[in-house]
Amino acid sequence: MEELVKALTIGLANGLIIALIAIGYTLVYGILELINFAHADVFMLGTAFTYFALEVIVIGLGISPGSLTALLLIFAVLPVIMILTAVINASIERVAYRPLRNAPRLAPLISAIGMSFVLQNVGLVILGPSQRAVEPVLPKTDLAFFPSGTPWFGIDEVMVVGITIPLLLVLRWFVGSTRQGKAMRATAQDREASGLMGIDVNRTISLTFLIAGALGGAAGLVVALYYGQTWFQFGFQFGLLSFTAAVLGGVGNLTGATLGGLLIGIIGALSDRFLEAKWTSVIVFSILILVLVFRPTGLLSEKASERA
Amino acid sequence: MTAAVRSRRLAMPDPFRGMERKRREKLILIGVVILAVVYPLVFRALESAFPFVPWPGTSVLIICATFAILALGLNIVMGFAGLLDLGYVAFYAIGAYTTAFLASPHFGIHVSWWIVVVIAVAAAAGAGILLGAPTLKLRGDYLAIVTLGFGEIVRIVFRNLGDFTLALPAFLGGAVLIGPNANLTGGNVGINPIDPPTIPIPGPWGNEIVFSNQNATASFYLVAVLLAITFIVCTRLRDSKLGRAWMAIREDETAAAAMGINTVTTKLLAFSLGASFSGFAGAFTGAYQTAIFAESFNFAVSILVVVIIILGGIGSLRGVVIGAFAVQYVNQTLLRYLGENVINAPMHAFGEATGIALLRDFNLVNYNYLIFGIVLAIMMIRRPEGLFPVESARAELHGVGISSDTTSGTADELAVAEEFATEVTQADETQAGDPREDQR
Amino acid sequence: MTAAIGAPTAAASESGDLLIASGCTKRFGGLLAVSDIDFTIPRGGIVSLIGPNGAGKTTFFNMITGLYIPTEGSITFDGAELTGRKPHEVVRLGVARTFQNIRLFGNMTAEGNVLVGLHHRLKGRWYGAILRPPSIKREEAEAHARAMELLKLVDLDQRSQTLARNLPYGDQRRLEIARALATEPKLLLLDEPTAGMNPEETRRLTDFVRRLRDEFGLTVLLIEHDMKVVMGISDRVTVLDHGEKIAEGSPAEVRANIRVIEAYLGRGAAGAG
Repeated sequence: MEELVKALTIGLANGLIIALIAIGYTLVYGILELINFAHADVFMLGTAFTYFALEVIVIGLGISPGSLTALLLIFAVLPVIMILTAVINASIERVAYRPLRNAPRLAPLISAIGMSFVLQNVGLVILGPSQRAVEPVLPKTDLAFFPSGTPWFGIDEVMVVGITIPLLLVLRWFVGSTRQGKAMRATAQDREASGLMGIDVNRTISLTFLIAGALGGAAGLVVALYYGQTWFQFGFQFGLLSFTAAVLGGVGNLTGATLGGLLIGIIGALSDRFLEAKWTSVIVFSILILVLVFRPTGLLSEKASERA
Repeated sequence: MTAAVRSRRLAMPDPFRGMERKRREKLILIGVVILAVVYPLVFRALESAFPFVPWPGTSVLIICATFAILALGLNIVMGFAGLLDLGYVAFYAIGAYTTAFLASPHFGIHVSWWIVVVIAVAAAAGAGILLGAPTLKLRGDYLAIVTLGFGEIVRIVFRNLGDFTLALPAFLGGAVLIGPNANLTGGNVGINPIDPPTIPIPGPWGNEIVFSNQNATASFYLVAVLLAITFIVCTRLRDSKLGRAWMAIREDETAAAAMGINTVTTKLLAFSLGASFSGFAGAFTGAYQTAIFAESFNFAVSILVVVIIILGGIGSLRGVVIGAFAVQYVNQTLLRYLGENVINAPMHAFGEATGIALLRDFNLVNYNYLIFGIVLAIMMIRRPEGLFPVESARAELHGVGISSDTTSGTADELAVAEEFATEVTQADETQAGDPREDQR
Repeated sequence: MTAAIGAPTAAASESGDLLIASGCTKRFGGLLAVSDIDFTIPRGGIVSLIGPNGAGKTTFFNMITGLYIPTEGSITFDGAELTGRKPHEVVRLGVARTFQNIRLFGNMTAEGNVLVGLHHRLKGRWYGAILRPPSIKREEAEAHARAMELLKLVDLDQRSQTLARNLPYGDQRRLEIARALATEPKLLLLDEPTAGMNPEETRRLTDFVRRLRDEFGLTVLLIEHDMKVVMGISDRVTVLDHGEKIAEGSPAEVRANIRVIEAYLGRGAAGAG
């Protein structure tokens, strides 16, 4: 029983991370109908940047891990990384996708695959082929315990929740209540009409990529701290998980992406714990294929469309 | 283009001036055959005579030819039928593992390769049908993701089945059905050795010709023959009723159905025939290398074949073959050569001077996927028809006019190249978020 | 060639009607596009379907050709059940169509387009394509010859190797008809075949349609907006408005029908016209 609860907790934490990345996919897909293959690799760069930042903080500046200074510096580093990944993501759109805005649908997809490989190669070159351990700055303290005394969750999980949930809420507010958010939703519905209504479509699309990139970067920092690692293959690994989450929730649907992320996170954790970690990918990919074949609009979407 | 410029263009020096197209093609074909026969024999001599030229080794040419077969197969799926398959490596793996199962000490089964290859091709074709049947109705980008997922599933399953236990869950008694720790596929280590193809003709090489990596020259001749067979089959498919049906579906699926084409079975045929060529290549690779392991059948291989097709010319048979040789030559030989002889040294010097570790340890070979990724993006933006589309495609796209001697075959190649190159407005857009293709 | 197109079946003498639609209705969510249409096409007739834009004419076409499944109602063709069949099955039963906004295979040649039309009449399978036995070679040669015949019929044989998208508009319309004829239909559905044509081209097309019926025994159903064509060529005219059939009869009868005039010109125009 305790095992189950522990697995669920880990699943929830992972799920929030996956949700953050999934939202990046779904925002871009909603507005461009493009699967941004490179999105997860931008996330991977987020983990790499975090690694380097912590190297600087702990080794360069000699700040001791676990100290309050270290924690504060992490929170200072977070926005910097988010801005970096946001700019990278938006630049990729500008350079590799915008020229193909009116090309057949598969053209920007192939370009996105190209960009994904470029970023992965960058990751390979700056990180090397193996996983790299990130300086453990968070105190390894457990915060909650089961009646039997086994640890339940600790500062790690609190960090994940503490970063992801506010971001999700801010995003929700932004897309729902601000003018730019409304512009994003309108452009996602009908690009041409939005343009005719005076919305600067290019700016709105760039904004979408900035936001998606920023969320990916935040997820990167969280993963680097939570997993204690960075690896140039993280993009591929988390990418398919997150895309499955986005599809589960109905592509283009923000709430769906969040719930889908939680679901995939929990499924993954349960599979890791009760089956074997080496089969988790197969299970998730199978879910992806099954959903697309049988319920392509997503489990959580109401419209089982009536074709016109 | 003015008449003066045009006439000047057509009057440029041309070694084939005055020759009919068919005759020119025949001459090129003979030249290629002679080159293919002679090169492996003189390669070493060339290497010693001109050591500063990056001659491709025979084993590199074998890789090139293997990927040419892969590219021709994926070209049926992508170029003829217009379906994006990102998990093409799965069928390559299935072909290789089928060969390993049926012709190696692993299970103690030793069927002759010449029979195994047929079974491997059938297995790959069957897998293509299994994957395609439920998924080909999906829209292009979703189909891409599904095939990618399939490719990953195949790789991971082959890896995991090296050490697994299949048992009933605890509450049903926990009886072990398979295992424990059964080893079906060799896992990470793979299967090794595998019986190579042999022909029992005695000679200076021994009692029989063995087509393995111990005998690169013979193996190259074998794979060249396999490539020729593939090329001929693809040409025939392109110029047939089926080829036209694929082209029609690619142009306008609804109109194609309105002409009596069963789009479901026709797409499935493309997918499955494409998969069989991948299995074909896999059967050769497994036996030639006499060893396989799961991790080598990864997503990067699928993408490399996509790069070859985009670079060579989507839909163009000649283009993708040239593309395969070019890309793999660069990948296997040229990058290392340029790195060692041209680029690495200045980079290291620069790195020493500035203290940047990245430059100090620079090795061009490590940047191959960065280069291929940029190539993909640039090709899609600037030259989506590829570097070697059919001549008339290039002429058509750059305004010189339609050449009058196009056969219907090359005209259809032209069709594919241009469809990809020009901006096509989709007549019926599916609703956002709904990945199903047709509107019914 | 005359034997191939529109050869009447044995059942011809039984009923005069080639196509019988009854109670056809199509709903898209809340929108009622076509409502309770009864419609017959007599064998060897030329029937026109007219009505203001949005009346449901193309929707009705699409129900016949299998693009849409009727929400209610049924359609039979030459004795066979047509309702709910897939588009490629409908073609094989003998119904061919052209499209309102020309859907040629733009990057294929004119000949290539017509060859695609021949698709379901050819017997070759995929292994035949690979092995190329003499029977397949013969079939392909015959197909190419047949395609050229059809192109000659629509006066496009000189441009057989031109890409469809490079053909002038009028040629494209005629190519689409040639392609539809290649499927060897008994019933030909033409969706606004004279749209965008000048009077000379229109006249030639009208003569051609008449020739299809007179010489080749085809039955034709037209959607048309050009009233001269409709009145000049039709044996019968059916009028749709807002998804309902509001009038049916000979061209003269329909022209004088008040409801029809109102539908096109609005209430009050009937008195003035």
